[in-house]
Amino acid sequence: MTVTNKSTGNKVFVGLQYTFCIFLAILSLLPFIIMIVNSTRSTWQIQQHAISLIPGTNLKQNFEVLTSKTFDPWRGFINSLIISVSSTVCTIYFSTMTAYALVAYDWKLRKPFFTFIMCVLMIPAQVTSIGFYQFMYKIGMTNNFLALILPAIASPTTVFFMRQYMIPSLPMEILQSARIDGASEFRIFNQIVLPMMKPAMATQAIFAFVASWNNLFLPMILLTRNELYTMPRMVSLLNGDIYKTEYGAVYLGLLLTVLPLLVVYFIFSRYIIAGVALGGVKG
Amino acid sequence: MNKKTSGINYAKYGYLFSIPFVAAFLIFSLYPTIYTALLGFTDNQGLGNTSWHILDDPMGNFKAILSNASFKQSLRNTVVIWLMNFIPQITIALLLTAWFTSHTNEIKGKGFFKVVFYMPNIITAATVAILFNALFSYPVGPVNDLLVSWGLRDEAYNFLIFKDPSVLIVAFIQFWIWYGNTMIVLISGVLGISPDIYEAAEIDGANGIQTFFFITIPNLKTVLLYTLITSLVGGLNMFDIPKLFLNGGPDNATLTTSVFIYNQAFDGSYMYNRAAAASMIMFLIIAVCSALLFWLMRDKDEAALEKEKKLARKNGGSK
Repeated sequence: MTVTNKSTGNKVFVGLQYTFCIFLAILSLLPFIIMIVNSTRSTWQIQQHAISLIPGTNLKQNFEVLTSKTFDPWRGFINSLIISVSSTVCTIYFSTMTAYALVAYDWKLRKPFFTFIMCVLMIPAQVTSIGFYQFMYKIGMTNNFLALILPAIASPTTVFFMRQYMIPSLPMEILQSARIDGASEFRIFNQIVLPMMKPAMATQAIFAFVASWNNLFLPMILLTRNELYTMPRMVSLLNGDIYKTEYGAVYLGLLLTVLPLLVVYFIFSRYIIAGVALGGVKG
Repeated sequence: MNKKTSGINYAKYGYLFSIPFVAAFLIFSLYPTIYTALLGFTDNQGLGNTSWHILDDPMGNFKAILSNASFKQSLRNTVVIWLMNFIPQITIALLLTAWFTSHTNEIKGKGFFKVVFYMPNIITAATVAILFNALFSYPVGPVNDLLVSWGLRDEAYNFLIFKDPSVLIVAFIQFWIWYGNTMIVLISGVLGISPDIYEAAEIDGANGIQTFFFITIPNLKTVLLYTLITSLVGGLNMFDIPKLFLNGGPDNATLTTSVFIYNQAFDGSYMYNRAAAASMIMFLIIAVCSALLFWLMRDKDEAALEKEKKLARKNGGSK
C-alpha cells in the first residue's frame, strides 16, 4: 500500500519537474521565437495579433523598410566582425603567452604577478571609462577600432583560465628536448606550446568573441560616427522614433544583430556549456 | 629549476613573455584608472576641455555626488534590482541543480534543457533590452496580446510608464539572462563533490531532501559564494539592459549607477569630473567585493604551505 502511494507521489513529482522545466524552456525560447516570427510579418499583422507562431511573408518588405533608414546591418556586421575577431586573436594569443610565462618559467616576480592578475580579475571597464575616454580623446583614438582592440591584449580572466589549463597539461620534458635541439624560446612557444593548448584556446576564444561582440558600453562612448557603429550600438537605433511604427522591421533588425550569435551557439553549444561549467569549479 | 638543469638563465623569458600583457594593462587599464581618480578631483567639464585644474575643495565632486538625489536613487535601484534578480535566480538555479544531479530521479533531456536555459546569456544584452521593450509595448505588443486574448485583462496595460512594473521587468530580464548560467556553474560544482559522500549518505538512509541540504549545500559553499560575488560585481555594473530598455526611466525608476555615470559624462552634460567621482565610488565598492573574491579563490593548500615555510624560516632565524 505504502509502496504504491510512494510511486504515485513520485509520478506527480516527476510530472511537476518536467512541467516546470518545459515552462522555463518556453520562457527562455519564446522571446526569440516571437522575434523570429514577427520579423517575417507585416506591421498590420502584428497590430492585429502581436503574437503568432505562423510566419508571414513580409521578410523582404521588412528588410527594405529596415535598411532604408539609418540602420545598416551589413556595416554593423562588418564593424563588429573586425573588432571581435581582432580582439579575440589578441586576447587568446597574448593570454596564452602570459600564462606560459607564469607556468613554464621560474622568475622572481612570478608569484606577485599572478597575485596581481587575480586582484584585477574583476575590475570592469565601466569604472575606468571616464579616464579611458579622456585619454583616448587626447591622443585622437576615439572613432578608432584600435581603442577597442588593443586593450584585449591584457585579459586577466583568460590568463587565469589558460594558466589553470596549462599547469597539468604542459609537459616540461618536451620543452627541454626542444631546447636541446636548439629551438629558441619564442619558437617553442609558437610551434609547440600553442598547438598543445588548442582545446583551451578554442573554448576561451568563443567566450572572448561573444563578450566582444556583445560589448555595448565602450563602443557607445568611443564610436560617435554612424559608419563605425557595431551591432549592439546599431541596435539602439531601433528604439528611436524613426522605427516607431515599423514593428516588423524592428523585429527583423533585432534578429539580424543576434543571427551570428545564434549560429555560433547552434554549432558550439556543447563546448560553451562545458566552458561555463569549467568556470564554476575554479573555486 | 630550469636554470639549474641547463645552465642557461630562462628567468628572463618569464619577464619577456609577460611584457605585452603588462604594457597593455598599464596603458589601457591602470593609467585610465588613475586618470579617472584624478579627474574626480578636478573641474573638468565640457566636451574637449583640456585645461582643467584641481578644485580648491578637492573632495567637492565626491561630496556633490554623495548628496546627489539621482545618484543615491541609482545606487538604491542598482541594489534593489540586483536583489530582485538574484534571489529568484539562485533559488531556481539550486532547485534545477538538485533535480539535474539527482541519482534517484534521472530527468530526460537534461542536455537540451541546459542548452535552452543558457541561451539568453549568450545573446547581446542590448538586443534583449530592445526586444523586451517591443514585447511589452503598448497598446499592441505580444505580452498585452497574450493577456487580453487569454482574458487575464480586459484591455492592454501600459507597463512601461509605471515605475513598479518597469523595475520588475528589468529585474526579470536580468534573472532571465543569468539563471541558466548560474545553474550550469552550480551543477558543475555538485559534480565536483566526491561521490563517496553521497554513497555514505545513501547507506545511512538519507532521503533526497536531506542529502541536498546536509551534503550538497555545505559542499557547494565556495561555488555559491563565487556565484554570489561575481553576480554582485556584475549587478553593480548593470548598464546595457537599464540603458536601452527605458534609459533609466520612468522617472529614474530603473536608473542604475552605470547609467547615471554614462548620462553625467556622455549624454549632453559632459560633467566628466562628477562622473569620474561617481566611478571612483563604485570602484571602491567593487574593489571590496573583488578582495573578498580573491580571498575566497586563493589556493588554500598553497597558502598553508607558504605560511608553514614562513614559520619555519622565522623559527630558524630565531635559533
